[in-house]
Amino acid sequence: MSELSVRVGGLALRNPFLLASGIWGESGVSLAGAWAAGAGGVITKSIGSGPRPGYPNPTVETYGSWGLLNAMGLPNPGIHEYPQEIRVALAAGATVIGSIFGGDAVEFAELARAMAATGVAALELNLSCPHAEGFGTEVGSDPADVEAIVRAVVREVKLPVIAKITPNAADPAGLAEAAERGGAAAVSAINTLRAIAIDTTLRRPVLAHGLGGLSGPAIKPVGLACVWQIFERVRIPILGVGGISTPEDALEYILAGARAVEVGTAVTFAGIGVFGQLVSGLGHRLDELGYRRVEDAVGVAHETRRAGDR
Amino acid sequence: MRTAVRVTERIVETPSTVTWRFPFPHAAAPGQFVMLWIPGDDEIPMSLSYTGGASKGVTVKAMGATSRHVVELPAGTAIGVRGPYGNAFDLSARRILAVAGGSGAAVLAPAAEQARAQGASVRVALGATTAPELLFLERFRAMGASVDVATDDGTAGTRGYVTVVAERALAEERFEAVWTCGPEVMMRKVLDAAARHGVPAFGSVERHMKCALGMCDACALGPYHVCVDGPVFPAERLSAAPEFGVFHRNSAGQRVRS
Repeated sequence: MSELSVRVGGLALRNPFLLASGIWGESGVSLAGAWAAGAGGVITKSIGSGPRPGYPNPTVETYGSWGLLNAMGLPNPGIHEYPQEIRVALAAGATVIGSIFGGDAVEFAELARAMAATGVAALELNLSCPHAEGFGTEVGSDPADVEAIVRAVVREVKLPVIAKITPNAADPAGLAEAAERGGAAAVSAINTLRAIAIDTTLRRPVLAHGLGGLSGPAIKPVGLACVWQIFERVRIPILGVGGISTPEDALEYILAGARAVEVGTAVTFAGIGVFGQLVSGLGHRLDELGYRRVEDAVGVAHETRRAGDR
Repeated sequence: MRTAVRVTERIVETPSTVTWRFPFPHAAAPGQFVMLWIPGDDEIPMSLSYTGGASKGVTVKAMGATSRHVVELPAGTAIGVRGPYGNAFDLSARRILAVAGGSGAAVLAPAAEQARAQGASVRVALGATTAPELLFLERFRAMGASVDVATDDGTAGTRGYVTVVAERALAEERFEAVWTCGPEVMMRKVLDAAARHGVPAFGSVERHMKCALGMCDACALGPYHVCVDGPVFPAERLSAAPEFGVFHRNSAGQRVRS
């Protein structure tokens, strides 16, 4: 059986499947449940400086089994109240990655210090939520901002820092390069794609916020392209995110350059049991292909293509 | 799954409660809920109070800001409906005690109706603050259920909590199942009483909801999500959940005492 444990920039994972931020992360018992279901690690909801209710409903729209549009609006109880949930997940033995969002480098650094104190194994910086005024993509679309925020956080904490990159920019790989310059241990790509739905009978946007972010199988090729381009331009490891619901999807991301992957919408569509299926399915596929370790397959599609080009 | 419809009928049930009927063709079972979207206001989870046929219904009590607004909207209002979501009551028991507190009758009425149609005997313990607030009293009687009433002020039936009436029913009769919906402190007492009598019990619970898809975690209840694993839970699951009767999560995910 292939070795599924991976190291991602100093972060040790028992397998490469992480629960993506924003899914199930409000309650520590839920995070522990995702760990018990087989996730290699769990990423918290993105946590800010204070309690934030998020947007009013409707906050979601579904498209069959291929897509999910959401604008939750970064709801979270704030960094002072949230640690009680992290403690529950840590007590269950989970590898927990703390996701944080701030409006500038100073706020990110303060949040990073507080989040690191909870005992999480790594931090993920939300530089990519596509629908929150003053946060996410708004502070994560300019390489200079990304570099400054990452540098400020890295200076503040000893933990591995993962920068989550937006696809809603002209050059996502350039943002990953900026994160690498700032000292990030890894980048995750992608967050949701900015999107909107209109109800034709009511003649208004479905989501209360209007704009939202699209996730699910529909965005897999887009996420893969970002990972592909980032792999060619940075040396730090990549966490692939976007539309992963089968072992084959994960293998595609790994061959494109991802060392681990994040799973979100598939939990919504298929239930938490999807982690068990992904872990065993990927092990089986790697065996078939003759890879002893996940890490042996990372980015292989780039080499195959170059070999073919010669 | 989301459909825009017009409310066909608005029925005033009690001074604080109205029923909205609307066309919604998707099959639904008693216990399930829909996400009801009032354009420009909010989208809220509402258990279906009418589940059969193409005309569904919800019964809304004026409580939160949105539901206060909702009860005033006239027939003809355009709304969005998505669902139905969640699980349903198990209708296999032949002798059922349904214990409803306040608007909890909205979800128990269609379940009791279907159980009666399948030949089960149904006894209802119906509680309200005061006589005019007794929800679906006539509906329960019309379906052939025997109804015991309790009101806080004694204007109808037993003066006091519906739990007292429920305990009396459990002592008098042997039931195969107890169903309950209402305030969680009330439900907890009902579930405990059912356990003492060795009767399997099920409660329908409410939580703040956003996605209704098992994603956002707003409705987390122990290891479960009310939107996909509930809203109807067996007593053992509710008793084991740290949230039940103790706290819920608000829109920000903060723990708020019930």
